Amino acid sequence: MDRTAIDVAHMLAGGMVLVSFMLLYQDRMFGLLNVFALHAFVLSLSVAWQAYIQNAPHLFITAFIALVLKAIIIPVALHRVVVRLGIHRTIEIIGGIGPTMLFGIGLVALSMVVMLRATATADPLAREDLAFALSVVLLGLLMMVTRRNAVSQIVGFMSLENGLILAATGAKGMPLVVEISVAFSVLVAFIVIGVFLFRIRERFDTVDVEAIDEARGERL
Amino acid sequence: MSGALLNQLPFEPVTAILVIPAASALVLAVLPGYRLTARLNVLAAFLTFLAALSLLVERPAPGGYLFVDDLNIVFVVLGTFVGFTTSAFSASYIAHELEIGRLTPAYLRFYHAMYQALMFSMNLGLLANNIGLMWVAIELATLTTVLMVGIYRTHEALEAAWKYFILGSVGIALALFGTILVYMAARPVIGEGHDAMVWTSLIDKAKDFSPDMLNLAFVFLMLGYGTKVGLAPLHAWLPDAHAEGPTPISAVLSGLLLNVALYAVLRFKMLLAANPAAIAPGPLMVSLGLVSLIFAGFMLYRRRDIKRLFAYSSIEHMGLITFAFGMGGPLANFAGLLHMTMHSLTKSAIFFTVGHISQVKGTQKMSEIRGLTVSHPLLGWGLVLGVVAIAGLPPLGIFMSEFLIVSSTFARQPLLALPLVFGLLIALGALFLRLNDVAFGKPTGSTAPVKASRLPFVAHLSLVLAAGIYLPGPLVTWFQNVARLLG
Repeated sequence: MDRTAIDVAHMLAGGMVLVSFMLLYQDRMFGLLNVFALHAFVLSLSVAWQAYIQNAPHLFITAFIALVLKAIIIPVALHRVVVRLGIHRTIEIIGGIGPTMLFGIGLVALSMVVMLRATATADPLAREDLAFALSVVLLGLLMMVTRRNAVSQIVGFMSLENGLILAATGAKGMPLVVEISVAFSVLVAFIVIGVFLFRIRERFDTVDVEAIDEARGERL
Repeated sequence: MSGALLNQLPFEPVTAILVIPAASALVLAVLPGYRLTARLNVLAAFLTFLAALSLLVERPAPGGYLFVDDLNIVFVVLGTFVGFTTSAFSASYIAHELEIGRLTPAYLRFYHAMYQALMFSMNLGLLANNIGLMWVAIELATLTTVLMVGIYRTHEALEAAWKYFILGSVGIALALFGTILVYMAARPVIGEGHDAMVWTSLIDKAKDFSPDMLNLAFVFLMLGYGTKVGLAPLHAWLPDAHAEGPTPISAVLSGLLLNVALYAVLRFKMLLAANPAAIAPGPLMVSLGLVSLIFAGFMLYRRRDIKRLFAYSSIEHMGLITFAFGMGGPLANFAGLLHMTMHSLTKSAIFFTVGHISQVKGTQKMSEIRGLTVSHPLLGWGLVLGVVAIAGLPPLGIFMSEFLIVSSTFARQPLLALPLVFGLLIALGALFLRLNDVAFGKPTGSTAPVKASRLPFVAHLSLVLAAGIYLPGPLVTWFQNVARLLG
């Protein structure tokens, strides 16, 4: 495989890590959704590039699903949810932006060290792709723990899933079953989440996870 | 995908185990009426159980997607049995919920459909010969249980379901990353494509895989599926999900779903054990298991809600089982398997009684439940018997398996046996402390008679009692075979 092909693949995968960092510091709901759409867009580019260089046309389907569903439909739908619920206010970030970003950098360094060492024997395309994918997964996790709002937790979770798809497509020749089911499960997950949001709206006036954290008898 | 899947199926019973629940889920989603659907639900679960039993007689050759071996057959038979008895309990439980209006007919349809969908996904996860398919099945099982935990739509139920969903999804996501890493490790040896995800070919070639990749994969798989097993410190979803959903769901969660996740961990443990250069998975499992056991033992003292009490007891026992499998070796594996079986039977039986108790008393708060043996002798003594069993007192089955775990640990690692026994005693004390308040003394609350279904409860506990007194020879041989397989 020629050098340029690998470089472009790494540039796109690295781009996802960068967009993951951008997600970390978005403190407005709409900004968050827009950056997530960008995240999914870079993912679809990356998957499409993998499809091209691996000569695996079925990966174009995965790229297409990522583009249509995650870069367009889900952000638009969540946008509507946010408007309907009237929660386009500021998102609070626990611990502040600075420490969160530093922690994120630590996580990326960690995943580089771990993955590059463990995959010394694998081909260079896959190993660096996996290292980027793990970074995206860990940054998604970080975002989920730093956010308290249900919608931003969902976005964190979906960025984490984007990282998984990046890993799955980087693993050359991985059976199609998995990619379709990953996409499928995202869809199902989204339906579940949608149902939850509307139910939460039905019952309460907030989707702040903290606010529905009701004290049961045994919590001191 | 399902079409291709059906073509791959080598043998009828395996098809039946998957198709019966899948088809009934569809049928039950549209059929109205409580009487008919509850019976259909029981019937479907019973037929699935029969199909699972037929696997004991004749076993199909492994296919590309599905296979049956000594290990998963234990889980399938146990799972379909508990699924069947729970569906019988669920019929009487749900009748009451409809009466008091906690469930509407539309939600009832949804509930039954989800129940069968859960059975389908758990059986698929157990029978899958492809680690990707297994992952999909466990993800599906998570989604169905999330929906069922939130079915009452109260404050607490929604919060519990949300928490379960977020933690469960993160767990499942980590497990997928681990699965991808296993594929990456297998690819240079087996070659690209389908075969590098097929369990039977993975285990054959595992000795040539890159050990570093396998180690890394196992960490992700252990944490990912371990979240679903409910191991501390990843257990936060478990007590809430058990306490806020309908009680039949608590019974299947504890009796089945935790086992399915544990099964996934065991599969990958076997993969690591087959590679001499990889880390030994045992110590990781032993420490997670011990932490869960002792942590849950202490947490039992602070419980005020009866379903949460037994949910923490599930964490304790899953910790103990993980500990036993982590120790490894024929005896500890045997004890782990036996304990898993006994725990499934006992814990679901306890949830059957707890379900009726909370219905008749109208509360799950233990402070408002007193003197059950006086007001409802059957439920009260049933609960006493269940707690005696789960606490591990002789002559019931759990005593035997706990005894085996402790004695095999003493023989090999005496130092590890100390915290183990300590954890067991802590939990025993907590359970009896709570039981004393709930079962004895002056009765409070409603003393109305209860229409309880006794059969599921009696069936489970008599099996547990029988196993405590005498284990039939063929069962012992079979479990010993599986124990050897586990390494």
